[in-house]
Amino acid sequence: MTLVVAGAAAVYTLRIADDCLVLSHRLAQWSSWAPTLEDDVALTNIALDLLGQARVMYARTAELDGTGRSEDDYAFMRDEREFVNCLLVEQENGDFATTIVRQLLCSTYQLAQWQALTSSTDEQVAAIAGKAVKESAYHRDHATDWTLRLGDGTEESHRRMGSALAALWPFTAELFESDAVTRDAAGLGIGPDPDALRPAWDAYIKRALSDATLTVPETTWRPTGGRQGLHTEPFGYMLAEMQHLHRSFPGVTW
Amino acid sequence: MTTIDEIRRMAGAIPDPEMPALTIADLGILRDVRIDPSGHVDVDITPTYTGCPALDSIRDDVERCVRDHGYPDVTVRIVLSPAWTTAWMSEAGRIKLREYGIAPPRQQHFDLRPLTIAVECPLCNSSRTHEMAHFGSTQCQAVRQCDACGETFPHFKEH
Repeated sequence: MTLVVAGAAAVYTLRIADDCLVLSHRLAQWSSWAPTLEDDVALTNIALDLLGQARVMYARTAELDGTGRSEDDYAFMRDEREFVNCLLVEQENGDFATTIVRQLLCSTYQLAQWQALTSSTDEQVAAIAGKAVKESAYHRDHATDWTLRLGDGTEESHRRMGSALAALWPFTAELFESDAVTRDAAGLGIGPDPDALRPAWDAYIKRALSDATLTVPETTWRPTGGRQGLHTEPFGYMLAEMQHLHRSFPGVTW
Repeated sequence: MTTIDEIRRMAGAIPDPEMPALTIADLGILRDVRIDPSGHVDVDITPTYTGCPALDSIRDDVERCVRDHGYPDVTVRIVLSPAWTTAWMSEAGRIKLREYGIAPPRQQHFDLRPLTIAVECPLCNSSRTHEMAHFGSTQCQAVRQCDACGETFPHFKEH
């Protein structure tokens, strides 16, 4: 996917929308499978918040890129290579610990991002961020509670949290990568260059993990490519399931 | 009564689809009504949560209500800024919410640290309650339990 500078603002908002949509769909996959009824409700509620955030960001993207595409066009009519979400959000749910670790890493990032976006020069984006920031703060609280309970829990829950952290940690490097799009967006005051979010994210995550008796894994593997449309294997399967109904029955409503 | 007040009253009386005991005016979802000299009506509504699934049906209800009352030229806009907070909920709305069995959001000053006031059980009014789950049956509710009567009850989340 070639990113043109003129469309930097639109690509920037599209990345955020895609992060929200893909994470929303992953969480929705927990519906009726969570370990407790409360968390079945919690994970699907978080999914719904993220879906709402994705919808308004797609709507804004359509205005910025001038295509007039609908939210459904972005969600259902693009192929894998056209999605520009980060790799972390598309990783499979795994066990409950894996989902909680992914939630901790993602919601902490999203909260920092929405906080910065509240002062966007794009008034629509700033308005969206003003609402989303409160939702993401709630998501982070939920993930933090579970991180503490499982990390500082039984031997088995601690082991599972450690494994989840080891599996997902490498994908966090990509969250803070800068490129032409993020630098242009930052220059226009649309939103922060991702590396500016790193200190706040680091500080919160390190404290939460340490409180949960978990340690930050050491790794040199830094997978990347999501922002350019190069995804990990599980993503294609997820997308096929997510898009199938809309593509098989064009214009279907319920 | 002027036209604009009349439209505001009619549209404001529409029940919330998820909590029908409350109107959209009680919840602070109805934000503004304007009418221009040509008779075109603009209504602004705001979601409590970004992904609120009730919003589309509220928008349709408002549109139909204004049209049915003799103003066929109507546009309902969804506005996000300034962001909705529980402070937008009317006093009448808080009372109705409690009567409906949902503990209302606590009044708070957003410049101060929240969560100092107890959430009262809507069934026995005890202030000894605790949160059971962050999330409840709708995006805007959490679940609490009363330590006095033992009942669980929904609490309208504060934000």
